[in-house]
Amino acid sequence: MKKKFKCEIDCANCAAKVEDAVRKIEGVTDAKVNFMMQKFTLEADDASFDEILQKAIAAGKKIEPDFSVEI
Amino acid sequence: MSGKLKKEGKRILCAIVILAVLMITEKTGAVPAVFENRILTLVLYLIPYLIAGADVLKNAVLGIMHGQMMDESFLMTIATIGAFITGEYEEAAAVMLFYQVGEWFQSYAVGKSRGSITELMNIAPESANLEHEDGSIEEIDPDDVEIGNILVIRPGEKIPVDGEVLTGESLVNTAALTGESVPRTARPGSQVISGCVNGEGLLRIRALKAYEDSTVSRILEMVEEASEKKSKTEAFITRFARYYTPAVVFGALALAIIPSIVTGEWMTWIYRACTFLVISCPCALVISVPLAFFGGIGAASKNGALVKGSNYLELLASLETVVSDKTGTLTEGSFRVTEVIPAAGVSEEEVLRAAAAAEGLSTHPIAKSICEAFAKTQEGKAEELSEERITDTDNYAGEGLTAVVGGKTIAVGNGRLMERFGAAYTPVEDAASTICYVAEDGRYLGAVLISDTIKKDTKAVIAAMKEQGVKNFVMLTGDHRGVAEAVGREIGVDKVYAELLPQDKVARVEELLKGGEGSGATAFIGDGINDAPVLMRADVGIAMGMMGSDAAIEAADLVIMDDDLSRIPKVMKIARKTVGISKQNIVFALAVKALILVLGAFGIANMWAAVFADVGVAVLCILNAMRLLAVKSTI
Repeated sequence: MKKKFKCEIDCANCAAKVEDAVRKIEGVTDAKVNFMMQKFTLEADDASFDEILQKAIAAGKKIEPDFSVEI
Repeated sequence: MSGKLKKEGKRILCAIVILAVLMITEKTGAVPAVFENRILTLVLYLIPYLIAGADVLKNAVLGIMHGQMMDESFLMTIATIGAFITGEYEEAAAVMLFYQVGEWFQSYAVGKSRGSITELMNIAPESANLEHEDGSIEEIDPDDVEIGNILVIRPGEKIPVDGEVLTGESLVNTAALTGESVPRTARPGSQVISGCVNGEGLLRIRALKAYEDSTVSRILEMVEEASEKKSKTEAFITRFARYYTPAVVFGALALAIIPSIVTGEWMTWIYRACTFLVISCPCALVISVPLAFFGGIGAASKNGALVKGSNYLELLASLETVVSDKTGTLTEGSFRVTEVIPAAGVSEEEVLRAAAAAEGLSTHPIAKSICEAFAKTQEGKAEELSEERITDTDNYAGEGLTAVVGGKTIAVGNGRLMERFGAAYTPVEDAASTICYVAEDGRYLGAVLISDTIKKDTKAVIAAMKEQGVKNFVMLTGDHRGVAEAVGREIGVDKVYAELLPQDKVARVEELLKGGEGSGATAFIGDGINDAPVLMRADVGIAMGMMGSDAAIEAADLVIMDDDLSRIPKVMKIARKTVGISKQNIVFALAVKALILVLGAFGIANMWAAVFADVGVAVLCILNAMRLLAVKSTI
């Protein structure tokens, strides 16, 4: 399943870092953090999508405390 | 401006005021008792420092805890703490403050350019009205619309998905998608495109596509993803930043330790190392280049052109060869009577009347153009052409046709047909047109010249492209050589390849791609019909007409929303400006940073200069990039 969310991310460099970290989470097929459009795209397993989404947000916050996702 | 940005701005302003007051009182020596006490001075300067930089300190601590040592916050924290240690209190506070000013300005600039794009992209429908089988209507998310669903579109609503009109008639406004201000008529059977705004009538449509495959969401996706396709310049800067920061940090470390051991002047060298750390942030570079491209893509969108990636914008700036399809791209793609040459003693109207009477039943494009031309001469007059008068028609393949109208035999066709009926015709020489001679009962009436009209601005557009650096403009067409060359001469192309089959076009483009001299890129302009392979193959595929074929829009790199060719040189201009600005930014930022690094190492540049090299440069680069957003919209 692929879903797009509005997100808040403060700099281009942090967006790239968050993206890298989310991609490493188990079950994530692909992830994109678009700094310019402030969009977070997550592609992950259907069954545990919500769980993975929470993990992804947590991982993002760890790297960039200002990272937040509108669900 | 978002609430967060406003709050942040107020805090920074507050810190600036406090810092300014402190510095003025210290410099003027108004309250000597306070500033003689170093501890009190430190505490005073810590106030603006903490007001401005608390976030940075917090992020630095979090960064250390998570093992993110090389981030900006950490570097700024170390540099400013270093400055406090060496006793440069005001500089420490000022560095933090200006760093925050720079960050704030970056957010503001990015938000501003983002806003100008989302404004353009305000085409997404919020909801769809689903009609159930029992006639009840439910409001649902456009995402939940399934193919085949019946949807009701009320006046003023956006069409949620691409569909076919079942009942109702209305004028649909496509301006947001195409820049075309004349609304389209939608009636039962016609297709409507998502994102368009319904006019006065109520429409019931059947969904032909799901939301995610509909025009509107494809456009939105294209623009969003455009900023993800990085230009070469951007890729270079990101790579550079990866090495630059660690290199400068190690430089700072070496500067703090080695000369200090030799000379023993720890404070001097630690201070110099701190100036290094301030300069080590690559933010100015990392933000200004993508921002320039983002601005360029935004400016292009404002001008009715969707660029699918920064890389294509970069290529557009260096176009040397442009290959274009003729029919429908450089020309209108529809036939029109351009001239009527009557025989002696015959009026133009008579020629057209006879020709139109004979061609009245034909559906051939040439016949239609003659009937249209005649209808125009009759505008406002009572008499109408009636089809009943035609009693007998005959087709002569490759020559023309004859029809018996009101007892008279009218022949419309080429020279051979005239000879067949013994009409004494006067041959007309015009390579660019198709010529129809008209005769009535063997008496020659005159000739009608029909051609595919050249779009009115084609010539000016080609000239404008050449001004933008295009050296070679090539026209491809399936038309006869004579017609093609005449058109080519008129509009000023450099080369014409005529009588091509669709598959030949790809081969020609391949040839041009290989044969291209120098580094210039090759673009192909097509109207999207049968063009997909060529659009893919060219360095930059340009598709005209949003409403063209889906495959072409998918394959193209630059989509011109309507059929207006003049948007292409405009986009090229924007592209050149974008690339120019990003190069200016890189050179400027690197030069200033290198200069301050060298001067800092020798102790000539102080931390103030370093702050300028970091934040000042970032702000200047951002301002420079924002110039792109000032490009005026022409829609």
